[in-house]
Amino acid sequence: MIIGETPLPSGALGVDVVAMTMRFGGFTALDSVELKVRPGSFHALLGENGAGKSTLVKCIMGYYRATQGGVLVGGREQAIANPKEAHALGLGMVYQHFTLVPAMTVAENLVLARDDVPAVVDWTKEKKQLAAFLSRMPFKVPLDAKVSDISAGERQKCEILKQLYLKRRFLILDEPTSVLTPGEADEVLGMLRAMVVAGDLTILMITHKFREVMAFADDVTILRRGKLAGRGRVADLTPDDMARTMIGAEQLTVQPPRVGEVGEPRLELTKLTALDDAGAIAVHGVSLAVRGGEIVGIAGVSGNGQRQLVEVLAGQREAESGEIHIRGDLYSASREEMRRHKMSLLPEEPLKNACVGGMSVADNIAFREFDRAPFASGGWWLNRSAFRKDAERKIGLYKIKTRTPDTPISALSGGNVQRAVLARELGGEVEVLIAANPCFGLDFAAVAQIHAEIMAARNRGAAVLLVSEDLDELLELSDRLVVMFHGQLVHEARASEANLTEIGRHMAGH
Amino acid sequence: MTTEAADPVEAVAVSPAAGPGFLQRYGTTIEYILIPGAALVGALAVFGIFVALFGKNPLDLYFYMYQGAFGTWFSWQNTLTRAAPLILTALCTALPAQLGMVIIGGEGALLIGALSATSIALAIPWAPPLVVQITMVCAGVVGGGLWITLAGALRQYRGVNETISSLLLVYIGLAILNHLVEGVMRDPSSLNKPSTREIGAANMIGSIPGTDVHWGLVFGVVAAFASYVLIYHTVFGFAARVAGGNIRAAKIVGLGVGKLILTICFLAGGAAGLAGMIEVAAVQGRTNANLAAGYGFTGILVAFLARQNPLAIIPVAILLGGISASGGLLQRRLGLPDASVLVLQGIIFVFVLASDALYGRIAFLKGKS
Repeated sequence: MIIGETPLPSGALGVDVVAMTMRFGGFTALDSVELKVRPGSFHALLGENGAGKSTLVKCIMGYYRATQGGVLVGGREQAIANPKEAHALGLGMVYQHFTLVPAMTVAENLVLARDDVPAVVDWTKEKKQLAAFLSRMPFKVPLDAKVSDISAGERQKCEILKQLYLKRRFLILDEPTSVLTPGEADEVLGMLRAMVVAGDLTILMITHKFREVMAFADDVTILRRGKLAGRGRVADLTPDDMARTMIGAEQLTVQPPRVGEVGEPRLELTKLTALDDAGAIAVHGVSLAVRGGEIVGIAGVSGNGQRQLVEVLAGQREAESGEIHIRGDLYSASREEMRRHKMSLLPEEPLKNACVGGMSVADNIAFREFDRAPFASGGWWLNRSAFRKDAERKIGLYKIKTRTPDTPISALSGGNVQRAVLARELGGEVEVLIAANPCFGLDFAAVAQIHAEIMAARNRGAAVLLVSEDLDELLELSDRLVVMFHGQLVHEARASEANLTEIGRHMAGH
Repeated sequence: MTTEAADPVEAVAVSPAAGPGFLQRYGTTIEYILIPGAALVGALAVFGIFVALFGKNPLDLYFYMYQGAFGTWFSWQNTLTRAAPLILTALCTALPAQLGMVIIGGEGALLIGALSATSIALAIPWAPPLVVQITMVCAGVVGGGLWITLAGALRQYRGVNETISSLLLVYIGLAILNHLVEGVMRDPSSLNKPSTREIGAANMIGSIPGTDVHWGLVFGVVAAFASYVLIYHTVFGFAARVAGGNIRAAKIVGLGVGKLILTICFLAGGAAGLAGMIEVAAVQGRTNANLAAGYGFTGILVAFLARQNPLAIIPVAILLGGISASGGLLQRRLGLPDASVLVLQGIIFVFVLASDALYGRIAFLKGKS
């Protein structure tokens, strides 16, 4: 018989989640989910957006208190009331977005993350200890560099090092590679894998990239709509098995095959330069031609000027210099030009970029056409019944799930907001289509539908410029692929002949 | 692989036929009435404490306020007369608000509108009254309109904050008015209070038959209805709501935001300028510093209380008109300073602004079924 608490086992920690249910009001985000992460294993948590992955890890970390069910850490039931208690048990989490202070050095960030920062920091001593700590770690980071000066890959390493420095023995990684090039991702995950194999660490990684699961994970747990859909050893599974378990019985839109001839150049950028909000050059002398019946993909790590480039094309930002021509006509993103050239835009974060949240679904669908018949009688009086009729037709056609056409669009899920934008932008004829991360954060059904629509627009002869941070998406859809780095186009390849290593190298600027 | 929960989950589509409950349909509307109403009650309570500090009974205060505002036909007429310019100056804040702009310079547009209308009337003394009146309306609208357009243009082309520029333009407008009234436009016979010459009794717009309420009230109500139709039923209003709701969305569909800003600012300033014209042609008969009576500033309060809705402005303007009308009675019966109703207005404004944080947070109005 043991009196009092036994100390937690040293080394890697195991975490079990028992019959966890989490309800938000009437919505059940988790429905008696089980998760067993063996100590010293690399565990992948798969699932579509909204499947409950984030809710599950937030319950483990104490951000949420589960409605029912419990968490076992090192085999012992723990009531984790807040993140601080989770930290005390040795649980840590690395977020998708960076949590480092950009204006401070790596060393300062590491020391300040501690719970017991002294009022006066003895930096000489701290630096010596940090150097000693780093020498035991598999990755090296420049301790005296400012976080704002180091690359995304190094920042992600810092985030992970911070967790190890804080002596966390169970790490949750939330899509840790979304900001990294394939090369950087492999390096970071490889090093973490080595620490897991050495028995120092247990890792639970949220991801949607099957490649990383196959290469690095031991076990996998798959969630679907808040329920446990399946689990097993990665070695026994194929990506197809996992995809089927994630999606369930849902019917996905079939992508049409790539057909049709490539036509004349339709969208031409000449030495386009644009600034970012801070006034620094974000797009630097970009020249590019997109022809009809062709999808040109722009690859690049986020923050290399892609957003500003799309904003210039969308009329949301003025170019500093350079010209845009469509079918030979100078283009300045006016409503008349967009209409004449049948321009369509699918921007990233549609609610922020292309919709008015407080206006109804029907109104949002009519943004491009509201000032013409049949929506406007006599060019000035709004014809409400035309709005409604058109919206009802498109809601059916594009499978937009909304209670009524008059529901504010902000009440819809991300996938349905994007479907509404899709209905507006691709509902008519399209000759030029600009899409930026159109599938970011959407579920499989929405992604399949959007990909199919983009491919169909291409097949009908549209010139498509697709900017994406998802290489798989680019390789699947593009005819031609260019890589953007520090505001410049640095590499071009036919998508069918593209070499992932080569592209990754250019994305990282080598 | 063990599949433990492989039940086919049907699509979570909500049937479009499902009738939304009463709260789901009207929850927002109820909120728009309940919250400003509660703010008003809260402000009255605090004002009651303020009055109690003067040794007066707050219940007397509320009674006399009601008497002074709505108690008799006489006080109703007084209230409606004061409400007329408030409706118009409130539109000066409410219209730009549709575009997401906060314009608080209605007072300046009112003064410039009054000055323009007076100048034009004095310039054509030979014309028949109807012609003079129509010309005055046009001059008032154009003068006030251009004044606020200036604030809009500064924002559009120079990136100047429109709230600050419109406020500062009030003081410039007042300075111009004083300069002209005390200078070239001064009527030599106005000794104590420098004023312009009278526009002439024949050119005054008079009262609605059977009342002492001048035609300005009709102007105001018509302008409020016209603004409502403009915003909610026309292509222009739709474009304005898109741009006001999300400027990035407006740009991505190629709407000319600059044109919208300038047009809305012109209409807004025009409304306040019309209020100035009415004050001249229905009340004062001439332009002098009396015109800067604070209608422009109270209009801001009206617009915020009405949640920038042009139709809601009408009842709110009548309510605030009533509060200001009751000032005289409070002075006579309770011996409170005439300006104490301004204190009440200030308290109301603070409450209304603070209550803004409550929208969408009242649990039982969320209409969850």
